[in-house]
Amino acid sequence: MSEILELSVAELMPDTTAVLENQGVPAGTTVSEQIEDLYYVACRLLAETATPVGVLSEISNSDFAHVYSGEGRNELRTPVGDMFERADHLALFAVTLGERPGHEIGSLFESNDFALACMLDSTASLAADRAAAVTERQFSEVLQTTGRTTPATGVLRYSPGYCGWHISGQKKLFEFLRPEQIGLTLRESFLMEPLKSVSGVIVAGHRDIHNFPISYNCCSDCDTRSCRRRLRTLFAG
Amino acid sequence: MDLLAEIANGVINGDDERIARMTRKVIDQGTSPKTILDDGLIAGMNVVGERFKAHTIFLPDVLLAAKAMYAGLDLLKPLLIEQGFPPMGRVVIGSVRGDLHDIGKNLVSIMLKGAGFEIIDLGNDVPPETMVESAVRNEATVIGMSALLTTTMPVMGQVVEMLSQKGLTGKIRTIVGGAPVSSEFAREIGADAYGFDAANAVDRVKSLFNVV
Repeated sequence: MSEILELSVAELMPDTTAVLENQGVPAGTTVSEQIEDLYYVACRLLAETATPVGVLSEISNSDFAHVYSGEGRNELRTPVGDMFERADHLALFAVTLGERPGHEIGSLFESNDFALACMLDSTASLAADRAAAVTERQFSEVLQTTGRTTPATGVLRYSPGYCGWHISGQKKLFEFLRPEQIGLTLRESFLMEPLKSVSGVIVAGHRDIHNFPISYNCCSDCDTRSCRRRLRTLFAG
Repeated sequence: MDLLAEIANGVINGDDERIARMTRKVIDQGTSPKTILDDGLIAGMNVVGERFKAHTIFLPDVLLAAKAMYAGLDLLKPLLIEQGFPPMGRVVIGSVRGDLHDIGKNLVSIMLKGAGFEIIDLGNDVPPETMVESAVRNEATVIGMSALLTTTMPVMGQVVEMLSQKGLTGKIRTIVGGAPVSSEFAREIGADAYGFDAANAVDRVKSLFNVV
């Protein structure tokens, strides 16, 4: 059964450094006052327009095997494909900031206000990702409070479109999760509407199952290596 | 400093209100719109492009400059059309089907406009057939494609293939870019060019149009 999650915009707001890094500005760079102001205006616009909400549903390993098989377009071997059978608990999730941030970004672009449009775009993208992180954390807390974790448990999320899990996997994910209840729909291309949304699976299990080598076929084309940064959070300390 | 140099400087500093004022002033003084465009707005944007390439400024600075440039360009555009100055070339651009990431694509689009090209921006999640149809319909000679997801990169190859099937190879050229895209990948799918970043993409498009 799925659970609707109310999310607060305030806890999703990314910091200046993250937003600027998202736009290619290296951390530690001193930016002009004009650019700093753009960040604050973007945060204000996001706070005014975003209506974040999420949906979460636990799923058995066998049901997830069906969801994961998707339309048969995943790469032969993938990190998620190799890890999910060893997971103790799985949950499908989807979060969205709603339609209005996207409309606002579009209007700003149309009025040639590119810098603010881009700043809002980055801020909203990061906020959507933070909404996914909050959902991951909430699932982790539920597992902890119900005694379903051990000190070695690691909880991380993975999304269709990344790490060899083909984006067409969204179709079966939607069929199981039914995120239409929070206003999400799927385009023919398997992208979500509204665009500032994130979906995927949260995998809970021994943290070692997340520690996959970056030698999959999909890894050779990836230059973000963001999986390493996320992994570090499991093994820190 | 002459007025055109001041306009260029205004673009560099992202001062859109000043640019609109100055452009209006030089138009009223009778300066040719093409001169204002080339020696004022584009000259300023070229400096911005060089600084961006050298990593002394970053995306938000470029976008502020672009807004300033458009403040002037909006005033010049009707005059340029009236006086029959064609754009340097027409480019169809978009993030490929399945990909919603468009920061890089938007930047290339903005910088190409700043360099004097006419851009038909199809947005994100663009099917290959739409890219090709739009290029044919709008008589564009370059298609620019962007992808951030490794899973959407193959769509770029589909566009190249579609052009080949329609006998348009060489008539409509292709340039690809995006974080996971490489020159090897561009070669592999038969794309005509690869831009490793927005500034480089502008240079590569210029070379496709034989503009130095």
